[in-house]
Amino acid sequence: MLSFSSPFPQIRDARWFQLGGQAAILGVGLAVLGFSVTVAQIAAAIAAALAAQWIGAALIAGRFDWKSAAISGLSLALLLRANDVWPFVVAAFIAIGSKFAIRAHDRHIFNPANIGIVAMIFFSDAAWTSTGEWGSALWLAALIAALGALSTWRASRLDVPVVYVGVYAALMIGRALYLGDPLPIPALRLSHGALILFAFFMISDPKTTPEDPRLRALFVAAAALIAYVMQVHFFISDGIFYAPVMLAIMRILIGGAGKGGYEWGRAPAPFIRWTNRTPSRAPAE
Amino acid sequence: MKRRNLKKAMIAAASAVALVTATGSAVAFCGFYVAKADTKLFNKASRVAIMRDGERTVMTISNDYQGELKEFAIVVPVPVVLEEGQIHVTENAILDHLDAYTAPRLVEYFDEDPCETRYYDKMASAPMAMAEGAVSERRGDDALGVTVEAEYTVGEYDIQILSAKESGGLATWLKQNGYKLPRGAEETLGSYIRQGVKFFVARVNLKEQSKTGLKYLRPLQMAFDSPRFMLPIRLGMLNADGKQELFVFALTRTGRVETTNYRTVKLPTGMDVPVYVKDEFGEFYKAMFADQVTREAERAVFLEYAWDMNWCDPCAADPLSAGELRELGVYWSGGGEGDAIMRPPQQAQDVFVTRLHVSYDAAHFPEDLMFKETGERENFQGRYVLRHPYKGDAKCDAAREYKAELPKRFEQEAQTLSSLTGWDIDGIRAKMKTGGQPFTPPDKEKWWERIWGKDENKG
Repeated sequence: MLSFSSPFPQIRDARWFQLGGQAAILGVGLAVLGFSVTVAQIAAAIAAALAAQWIGAALIAGRFDWKSAAISGLSLALLLRANDVWPFVVAAFIAIGSKFAIRAHDRHIFNPANIGIVAMIFFSDAAWTSTGEWGSALWLAALIAALGALSTWRASRLDVPVVYVGVYAALMIGRALYLGDPLPIPALRLSHGALILFAFFMISDPKTTPEDPRLRALFVAAAALIAYVMQVHFFISDGIFYAPVMLAIMRILIGGAGKGGYEWGRAPAPFIRWTNRTPSRAPAE
Repeated sequence: MKRRNLKKAMIAAASAVALVTATGSAVAFCGFYVAKADTKLFNKASRVAIMRDGERTVMTISNDYQGELKEFAIVVPVPVVLEEGQIHVTENAILDHLDAYTAPRLVEYFDEDPCETRYYDKMASAPMAMAEGAVSERRGDDALGVTVEAEYTVGEYDIQILSAKESGGLATWLKQNGYKLPRGAEETLGSYIRQGVKFFVARVNLKEQSKTGLKYLRPLQMAFDSPRFMLPIRLGMLNADGKQELFVFALTRTGRVETTNYRTVKLPTGMDVPVYVKDEFGEFYKAMFADQVTREAERAVFLEYAWDMNWCDPCAADPLSAGELRELGVYWSGGGEGDAIMRPPQQAQDVFVTRLHVSYDAAHFPEDLMFKETGERENFQGRYVLRHPYKGDAKCDAAREYKAELPKRFEQEAQTLSSLTGWDIDGIRAKMKTGGQPFTPPDKEKWWERIWGKDENKG
């Protein structure tokens, strides 16, 4: 009998895939793309995120869970750039601190790495994002999308990057058609490495997007729309990063934030559902 | 407010550090100028200096237009209708200076007697140039939906600022007024019109031009406020056959400038290359650049220089004076003349210069260049090193060792040069031989010799 089964049946927590994927992309970035981030900055981002997580967990007498913090640290190393090491430390503390300090319905609201990046680039000149490092090479976009698809799929959140890229693509292509521009122009924008990374590894965070699939699709589509408007009509190249923060604030204002709850490793993993395997208990962390 | 002050304090601190570094390495370096690779090496090259601070923008556009002056015309999409005072004509010499200051450079060291030991050196650098579209004649109507928003004569240029409702009308208007439009122009014009931009159209006023007594055209400048930090290149690509070279010199306060929609890549730098490259530095630089373009699938923008305008090390040319910077739009610069080299921190220029080099065509650069100013203040330069071997006798053990090591070093230089430029390795070795670096290339080790060694079996 032919049956699908997960090649990694014992790994139920999708964050392992996210960690692996982000580490691989960072490796490629350093080795091939010449990312201007130092080992010290990477180490500082991850260490500070872990430290902040540890402090936060101690303060609320909660369990110390290193994986999310490490992912946030890696995200900062991938997207944030600075002359010094300290902006990475500050960004990591803001990222993780926001998880403990800004909550609704006992859940955090802001995507940690995203708020860390936005806080740094909006309020200081000490850090910036370097979208110019990524470029629009197809192999890179494909690599990021493949790794990201694995990770979001295992988290049951493959819909997020699909909707995000779909809406963004529709807007970009629509604009090109309206302007009479050749299609290579939207293609250039769509295959941009940082955009794909954002779609597959940042906005897809299940903890800070609505649990209800329809609401989630709405949230993600709105993020794509805001990013598009900021980039194209207001010439703010960091629009993709600002969008989730604006939406999170909106969710707080309308009282929709934090409701429902995703738990890592508990989401019905797609493979398992297909193979009728009995979903096992929540994983040990 | 606070942020500004903090930033100023940080810049002052940074400049102080820079000064120490500059003086520090100047001692170790004591370089003289050998050669620079300037923009004039390239045909069809354009140079654009862009001052950018917040939304304030001053663009200085220069090209190496070679044809009849009366045939020259340029159409530049601009975000707003410019007043006469926002348009200016400046001197080529300033761009030449900026070009020379930022050019990739060649540095020379002379090995000393290994029996004594110490270092010495020299240096050099190399720049480049820019291109444009062409047209002729004038006068027209509307009813084509074209409005001449303003008309000025500035310097040797007759300038019109147009706004248009649709591309067909604009194209017709331009043709009626004697502009020759390349194929595909209408679509591109249409895209710009829908984006709400205006068109800056300039032609040479021959009477005014003859008053200047110059055989060439001077760079045009325009100052405006706009949230768009970009350079329109699409129109220029329409009538180009083959690739065009573009050099962008960005002058900012915060730091390095990069493109957001194309990858910005640092030029390889710091390599030791054979001594004979001194005589062909221009060729070397062009070949290396071409090779890099290919490696990046022809889609990258290259960073050739990023430096605090207060100093340089080694200097291919002196930093620009406050007056020159002001002319290029750096409105916060003091304005007085006087040299900028090693100015004390309290008089720091607060200008960061970025030099970008693009070799572009429509197939690989479909969209205009969109820029972003980053906070990056790390200095970067294209710098290549010549090491002249010591020619004296080998009178001590150290010298014998030194001589024995030379062929390996020369071979390494040959390999580096070959991989940077794609030049044939044997050709390089032959030139090194005649250029005072003769050596026998090491035999290629067989792979099995790496396992068992060469002489192992001979006992």
